[in-house]
Amino acid sequence: MGDTAVVDGLLASKWEGRDSLIPLLQEVQVRFHYLPEDVLRSISRRFKLPLTQVYHVATFYNCFSLEPVGKHMVQVCLGTACHVRGAPRVLDRLLSELKLAGPGTTRDYEFTVATVRCVGCCALAPVVRVDTNTHAHLSQAKVPGLLNRYRSAPEPAPVVA
Amino acid sequence: MTKLRSIQELEALRAALGADRGSAGSCLSVCCGSGCKASGADDVMKACREALERRGLAGKIDLKGTGCHGFCEKGPVMLVWPEGVFYNHVTAHDAADIVASLADGHHPVERLLYRDPATGERVLREEDVPFYARQHRVLFAQNGKIDPTSIADYFQVGGYAAVARVLSATSPAEVVESVKRSGLRGRGGAGFFTGRKWEVVQRQAAETKYIICNADEGDPGAFMDRSLLEGNPHSVLEGMIIGAYAMGASEGFIYVRAEYPLAVERLRVAIAQAEEHGLLGDEILGAGLNFSIRLVEGAGAFVCGEETALIASIEGRVGEPRQRPPFPAEGGLWGKPTCINNVKTWASIPVIINRGADWYASIGTERSKGTMVFALVGKINNTGLVEVPMGITLREMIYGIGGGIPEGKQLKAVQIGGPSGGCIPASLLDLPIDYEALTEAGSMMGSGGMVVMDEDSCMVDVARYFMEFLEEESCGKCFSCREGLRRLHEIVKRITEGEGREEDLDLLQELGWMVRETSLCGLGQTAPNPLLSTLRYFRDEYEAHVREKRCPAKVCRKLITYRIDPVLCNGCGACVRVCSSTAILGEKKEAHTIDDARCTKCGSCLEVCQPKAVLVE
Repeated sequence: MGDTAVVDGLLASKWEGRDSLIPLLQEVQVRFHYLPEDVLRSISRRFKLPLTQVYHVATFYNCFSLEPVGKHMVQVCLGTACHVRGAPRVLDRLLSELKLAGPGTTRDYEFTVATVRCVGCCALAPVVRVDTNTHAHLSQAKVPGLLNRYRSAPEPAPVVA
Repeated sequence: MTKLRSIQELEALRAALGADRGSAGSCLSVCCGSGCKASGADDVMKACREALERRGLAGKIDLKGTGCHGFCEKGPVMLVWPEGVFYNHVTAHDAADIVASLADGHHPVERLLYRDPATGERVLREEDVPFYARQHRVLFAQNGKIDPTSIADYFQVGGYAAVARVLSATSPAEVVESVKRSGLRGRGGAGFFTGRKWEVVQRQAAETKYIICNADEGDPGAFMDRSLLEGNPHSVLEGMIIGAYAMGASEGFIYVRAEYPLAVERLRVAIAQAEEHGLLGDEILGAGLNFSIRLVEGAGAFVCGEETALIASIEGRVGEPRQRPPFPAEGGLWGKPTCINNVKTWASIPVIINRGADWYASIGTERSKGTMVFALVGKINNTGLVEVPMGITLREMIYGIGGGIPEGKQLKAVQIGGPSGGCIPASLLDLPIDYEALTEAGSMMGSGGMVVMDEDSCMVDVARYFMEFLEEESCGKCFSCREGLRRLHEIVKRITEGEGREEDLDLLQELGWMVRETSLCGLGQTAPNPLLSTLRYFRDEYEAHVREKRCPAKVCRKLITYRIDPVLCNGCGACVRVCSSTAILGEKKEAHTIDDARCTKCGSCLEVCQPKAVLVE
């Protein structure tokens, strides 16, 4: 559920025309770390767009999530340069350390592991981005230490879009 | 802040700012691109600031963060002006020594200088480092010099002079003529002649026209657009203003990947500065041009790099390409004539105006003019961004600039042009790099990603990797791309798993051809390239997988086993500690063994084994 006051505040201002649908969804994603169903319904009414079309956009783009995500977002780059320098092994190790079968969120909502195709730091491959920090030249052996640095860390400050 | 109301006011401001900070006095410029930031550039900046303050030099020696220098692997890197001394692998602990060296009459800090691996000698200046010495930096010329968050820095290196020139002395038709004569071709991949596209848009009678900067750099392995946006955002804005004047557009859009937060931030700052200075908005420089730029953040879809998909995305719809014609130049954003160009294309425009179309056309080959920026990455010694004249050979790129392959290994192939590019084998090293030569060899210029692969890279696995990526990123609108890529991925995947059949190779060929010929947009039309090119040049590797169930490069997990050499193993137990599936057995100080049934073939043991006793077979 999205916080009603926040949602009302978001919807009240500046959004006009179909071309502001994606920026609005991006802002909702930043505030809630996912797109709550009730917010999507409100947006559909606000824009006078069928819910199916809002859903279509929300599920088409990779940056939107319909499920709540964890406190820390771990993005494993699987770009070409990272791939040839061993990124799949880093991913495997991350998943096994966090007891995940595949990319997704841990049961305690501490971490969400996602794969991305290229964060543009190819010269430092393989890289993993946790929240907004990019960690370079990773190996499997460095994975547990990396996770420990974030395990006890407080929630990242919400990004103001 | 001054709003510039005329060209004279711009030139007066430039004169008042004086020469650029670097050449005037002492200045420390620390690279603050994404790469160097990931290596700790922010800490270096902070430590330098503190060290300057401690010595009472804070006002006398300038400190600034600059854009990406391209040699990301050596980061954090910095330059010390006015000499232009180049330091690499700088840490916060080095700041005191660097500042001390400035105070004591500029004796460089020896240990931070770049060491040429070939000769072992230290190199003092950036331009003498072999990685830079063989480049021809046009678009990236200012990246290491200016602070991208300072419009004054950009003015000092001649920024917005090209806008002033076209507004005062050139008709829109003459600008288009110049761009045509320069021979510039779209740097986003397809290589369409920019001047011709501009001409079509210019001739449209519509009252409203748009221009778009395509900064949706989605190709894995390419990061030149990101670096340019982070390092010199005003050069892109300047190119767009000139384009707006030439084509009669009143509004521009920059569609940038949200995965590039720093580029988004730098663009936001640059647009605000340009607006404040009267370089964007109404009556630009008092010359009657009205033009504004809106920043649109992408939402993460590779296909949005395709122009009609990108336009759909700006309009707030899903990023699905549509049939062309009408081409965007005739009916694009909201049905209006729209000129859409890549970041590097826009940034080339001020250079062409300032230095002349003929100068630009003198660089490169007959049909590919100017310079191209490549991201040289993968199994190569010097990874980073490289700007070279069109027509340079692959050999010069890889062995001259790139410094060869690490650990003395053999080059196997170079994958050029992003995921839809093709793999060029080592036997074609003397191929000159231009649009036509690459297409003929089964690859393409694409965005300029260049991923080097050595003998340890399995070409079948590489093809599988790209098919997986493209299948995921196919938007699903047209059947042949959606279903065709899925089948191609399935087939090549089963080959890497040892389940390949003899007839699979011909099937891949036929299906790949079909997807290429019948897909709606550029994504599907080029998607089979990595597969078809590896089949063409590395058929023997496919055959080894299919017939002998063997992966010659020892990459495909289902076809390899890990073993420990009992003679080399010293029983240190390092591998036991890292093995997450407890598959390694053996007493301390005695030879260890791997339990095949438990081994997941993750390769952890191989990574940590000092005596190199872990073998892959």
